[in-house]
Amino acid sequence: MELTAVLALPLIGGMVLALVGHRRPAAEINAAFSLLTLFAAAALTARVIAGGPLTAYRQQFFVDSLNVFLVALTAFVGFTTALFSRPYMRVEHDHGKLTALRLRLYHSMFQLFMFTMLLALLTNNMGILWVAMEAATLTTVLLVSLYRTAASLEAAWKYFILCGVGIAQALFGTILLYFAAEKLLGSEGSALLWTHLDTVKAHLEPTVLSLAFVFLLVGYGTKVGLVPLHNWLPDAHAEGPTPVSAVLSGLLLNVALYAVVRCKVLADGALRSALAGQLMMGFGLLSVVVAAFFLSRQKDVKRMFAYSSIEHMGLITFAFGMGEATASFAGLLHMTVHSLTKSAIFFAVGHAAQKAGTQVMDNIRGLIKINPTVGWGLMLGTLAILGMPPFGVFASEFLILTSAMRQQPWATPILLMALGVAFAAVFGKVQPMVFGDTSARRLPHPPAILPVFVHLALVLMLGLWIPPYLAEWYRQAAKFIG
Amino acid sequence: MTPATVSIGAQFINLLAAVLLLLSFAMLSQRRILSLIDLFAMQGAVLFVSTLVVAFTTGQVHLYYSATLTLVLKVLLLPWILHRLIRRLNVKWDVETLINIPTTMLVGIVLVIFAFNLALPISELAGTITRSTLGIALATVMLSFLMMITRRKAVPQVIGFLAMENGLFFAATSATYGMPMVVELGIALDVLVGMIILGVFFFQIREQFDSLDIRHLEQLREE
Repeated sequence: MELTAVLALPLIGGMVLALVGHRRPAAEINAAFSLLTLFAAAALTARVIAGGPLTAYRQQFFVDSLNVFLVALTAFVGFTTALFSRPYMRVEHDHGKLTALRLRLYHSMFQLFMFTMLLALLTNNMGILWVAMEAATLTTVLLVSLYRTAASLEAAWKYFILCGVGIAQALFGTILLYFAAEKLLGSEGSALLWTHLDTVKAHLEPTVLSLAFVFLLVGYGTKVGLVPLHNWLPDAHAEGPTPVSAVLSGLLLNVALYAVVRCKVLADGALRSALAGQLMMGFGLLSVVVAAFFLSRQKDVKRMFAYSSIEHMGLITFAFGMGEATASFAGLLHMTVHSLTKSAIFFAVGHAAQKAGTQVMDNIRGLIKINPTVGWGLMLGTLAILGMPPFGVFASEFLILTSAMRQQPWATPILLMALGVAFAAVFGKVQPMVFGDTSARRLPHPPAILPVFVHLALVLMLGLWIPPYLAEWYRQAAKFIG
Repeated sequence: MTPATVSIGAQFINLLAAVLLLLSFAMLSQRRILSLIDLFAMQGAVLFVSTLVVAFTTGQVHLYYSATLTLVLKVLLLPWILHRLIRRLNVKWDVETLINIPTTMLVGIVLVIFAFNLALPISELAGTITRSTLGIALATVMLSFLMMITRRKAVPQVIGFLAMENGLFFAATSATYGMPMVVELGIALDVLVGMIILGVFFFQIREQFDSLDIRHLEQLREE
């Protein structure tokens, strides 16, 4: 029942918003549907806390400790982004950057995008997971090109083609997975159900599964933004509207990584070797290092934070690759805090860039004088994402590094160096943006600053104290990942 | 099914697989955009017939549905949309390639050998009558990939993308007798929606650049 509501609400919302169009309350309806989805997700979460994992609709959907917190997180960030986008998109419209027709497209596609992500998280069928991931690309392509500038069209084209090709590899991986599963589970529809695959994973053919995992990792890894498959990510983040950057970075990357983790659990069971984990560690480490060095070369603020997302996704992939309970626990925690922090940063950056009329960092100065709340939001968010205590990112990065020291000591200095480089690069660029001198006037409209501070407060809380039930989920999920 | 029918069916599918590979090479070497669309439609037709043969020889009922889906989507609907797009966009140019065609063909041959080697251990495990075609399916995917890399204009790139999907579909029927129906429907929906979005997208690109040349889309890069 709650599950139906979680999936149906954004779907209905997308259709309603396509009908409502550009009339005045479209943004409010968007926020209302996101709020209802959040309530439904909260109810679903409460039910899973009380009753444990559950399946629905002839086992086509299932909720367990791994996906339930991602569902809650997705619904939450979806709601705060809808709150942020209400004034933001209205100003973009008033500045003449968007026509009313494109606002309608934006609102409708935003809800459908939420639907595809929730479907990807909740489905039990590996085939439907693929379909939902592809649909998530399709719903966001037209959002990335919303401004119809030359650069945004190019970014959207790159996004479509690279993710399309990537996800085609994942389809081949899924076919191979089905090929291996069919022998054990029969050719009925159940052979692609993850829960069924999980019970027979030890008997799946290892040669087929290793090839399948490589294809699945490359395919879904393209959407995670793992180096060297990351080319679409900075462009799509920099050229799309800021609310879209926030949900791409905060949610879509998580969902793609979730797909990789599901596949890894199956591959681990079948292979009885560490191949899957080693591949993930390799891709993860490469992403962290390459992204850290690219950070210092950026001029566009959204582009820089896009590279920071690649860095953090690499770190999480590395943590899951190590495959031990503590490391997986840290990976899950990092997924949560990165998602919250990064979307908060994009909210603050969105207001700052809108005020300055540019995304070029050299031209954004003295935020603290023009609008103290935006300035402090950006500063605190940056400190949080760079891993300063007492924020939650510090806790998860600390856990990842200590388990790396225990398991893969050789990787620890590389990770530490990359984190240091990232700190120097990002802090050096954000500091003058916030504290420098400026001649700009104050913002003419009140910014939607509440989501920024709610997110940062949650990240701060997770750094100091993790609620017991949340820790319990992480522990349960980490147990079967690791 | 008697063993004789199965064996004739298997040989027929091998023949169709060879035709599929031939068509992939033909697409790789084709310079004219309209012929490219026709070749894509022919590839869809071959896929339709081969699915039908697999369905008939194995008695898998759901394959009849996916054969019908292939006929409607890949032989009729997508080529029709592409033709319409070409007419509406009024593009008459020939296809330009980044590498000259003989070189592309040679690279293609290397890719086919690679694909066969990759598929070898898996084909041996397959119990289906069509297992020897898995290598060809993988080769088709890789050749389409090559076509996407070597073409400079937007429309041929998209046809390459769709041809890649054809290859994947062939892999699914040849290795496993097709995916579960709900998944196949989902994939078909994604392909269709993707095509429509691309159609919208083509108009946006042309409005902005007055051309569908991908070279205009190479401004964003790291300094």
